[in-house]
Amino acid sequence: MKVIQIDKNDWNRGIDASRKAYHLFGPVTDNNQSMFKQLAPDQYPDMEKPDTIMSPKSVLFPQTEKLLGATLDPTAENHHIMERPETDYSPRAVIGIRPYDARAVALVKLNFDTPEYRDPYWCDAYAATTFVGLAVNQPSVTDFSTAMGSGPFAEEGLDALLVDAGDLYLAKVLTPKGEAFFSAAGFDTVADTDESLEKIEQLKNKAETAMGPLAVFTDKLAQKSILDLHGAPFWEDLAFTCINCGTCTFVCPTCWCFDIQDETKGNSAARFRNWDTCMSPLFTKHGSGHNPRGEKTQRVRQRFMHKLKYFLDKYDSGTMCVGCGRCVEKCPVNIDIRQVCNKMNSYEPQK
Amino acid sequence: MDNPYRPYPVRIDEIEIATEDKSLKTFKFVFLNEEDGEKFSHRAGQFAELSIPGKGEIPIGIASSPTEKGFVKFTVFKTGVVTSYLHNMKVGDIMGIRGPLGNSYPWDKLEGKNLVIIGGGFAFTTLRASIVYMLDPANRSKFGKIDVVYGARSPGMLLYRDELFEWERRDDINMHITVDGTDDPTWGYNVGFVPTIVEQKAPKASPETYAIVCGPPIMIKFTQPALEKLGYGDEQIIMSLENRMKCGIGMCGRCNIGKELVCKDGPVFTLKELNRTPREY
Repeated sequence: MKVIQIDKNDWNRGIDASRKAYHLFGPVTDNNQSMFKQLAPDQYPDMEKPDTIMSPKSVLFPQTEKLLGATLDPTAENHHIMERPETDYSPRAVIGIRPYDARAVALVKLNFDTPEYRDPYWCDAYAATTFVGLAVNQPSVTDFSTAMGSGPFAEEGLDALLVDAGDLYLAKVLTPKGEAFFSAAGFDTVADTDESLEKIEQLKNKAETAMGPLAVFTDKLAQKSILDLHGAPFWEDLAFTCINCGTCTFVCPTCWCFDIQDETKGNSAARFRNWDTCMSPLFTKHGSGHNPRGEKTQRVRQRFMHKLKYFLDKYDSGTMCVGCGRCVEKCPVNIDIRQVCNKMNSYEPQK
Repeated sequence: MDNPYRPYPVRIDEIEIATEDKSLKTFKFVFLNEEDGEKFSHRAGQFAELSIPGKGEIPIGIASSPTEKGFVKFTVFKTGVVTSYLHNMKVGDIMGIRGPLGNSYPWDKLEGKNLVIIGGGFAFTTLRASIVYMLDPANRSKFGKIDVVYGARSPGMLLYRDELFEWERRDDINMHITVDGTDDPTWGYNVGFVPTIVEQKAPKASPETYAIVCGPPIMIKFTQPALEKLGYGDEQIIMSLENRMKCGIGMCGRCNIGKELVCKDGPVFTLKELNRTPREY
């Protein structure tokens, strides 16, 4: 384990140096929305405000992405033959991603990189990306990441972890990709390993203590039966206030559901995929009109069952929630996944 | 498929109006590139995405049997934007096919068994593929008795009529054709809904008999108890489901029933498997 020491006065210089080798993405505020975006040549990641409203999932999975294109001009030799457009997959680095968001990338990978099919768009973007995380020294009140397999200093899915230690960052180098990024940035001052790891541990303990004791429990979810939970009586009450706005799914770093739509402009056809949401009644409506999840209660149940039970049963990799707290904070009617999780975890069907 | 979203380019080779109200047409496609045709190696029960550049994609069961070489066939109901556009296309037009997708009927397990094939409406497509596959001279001896219960709204809505009546004349397959209703006095076959005809005409269960059911959700719902009355166990009832799909490869997240994805883990499930999942289909 190598730890690099970065004087904050040198930070912008290193960021500029790294631009020669990487497209940079980082937390920025744009139209009053804090989100991860590709940085302009003169823009720096806002390391003071990395708790973005929108997660960095769009770096690998854009909200709208062109999958295929074709010419419809009948005189062209290749007319109506769909091909993948040229996309720049040169190295990119996500600076300041929070540990819970990095765990989300690792979970989403289970969907897009499977033994049967590989989503080439997501996988190519993933292969090109270096994740330089920033530990959470002061967790927000809605951060429950420690309960969901992550935590303020967790390292899963990261190539490097920056820890804000006052005037400097202590950077844990976790993978060769992380090593290459610091090399490109010119950050090469190796810190005293024992001393810096001790400092990091102190900050970690302080952050975890500030989060308080675990209040969200998942330990019994695996033993529950899908049918028992699906038939539980609490879904109607939970869904009562839901307005199916879909905000929870859009701000969620692990929600990956998408729609595919075609567009035609002149003689040019394109196929796009767009983020979609299980909160929409159209999401599952058949061409015949039959809709297996036509009622909002069924859709609310689907969202929580997918995250907290189906995913867990399918992949044995914990729940599909990393505890970032965005959906709790942004839900306009105060539906709280922490309460739902505890209800599901403690549910015992009536005999 | 290196890129599972990229369809193989195909040319429409034949179009046949399949029903009297012209709402169903059968399209025969040939692959523009011979090697794509060789890669497209399917099993009866699988589906594919028919892909029209600029219009969209639709998942449709493959109607041709793996034993029919050099082309692939689909019967398409005109119902939405993509299917309406497809119905207006002509022989020679270029479009795409993505697949084959999903699992299939479990042919390894079904060899040596008696089969009851139950279908309704235009969901008969993959069952047509299965019947042609089983009746192929190279395959017929691999299967025991074959019974088919197939129903449509009216005589004019029966798919693959020529083949149906050709199978009817064969002595190695028992056909039970039915219609919901008809005012045709010459109609010499069954009248009644599929579940009723199943109860009346399908063979009683034995350990060596399996039932394959494919049809609209309402038909599936009422056929299940009819088969149970005949003694079929949950592992002997094999169903092919339809759920709303987009990607067809298990990634877009909309066709799940419980933790199963209809497009990838299905569309074929045994009733035993379905009994372990929420009834969201």
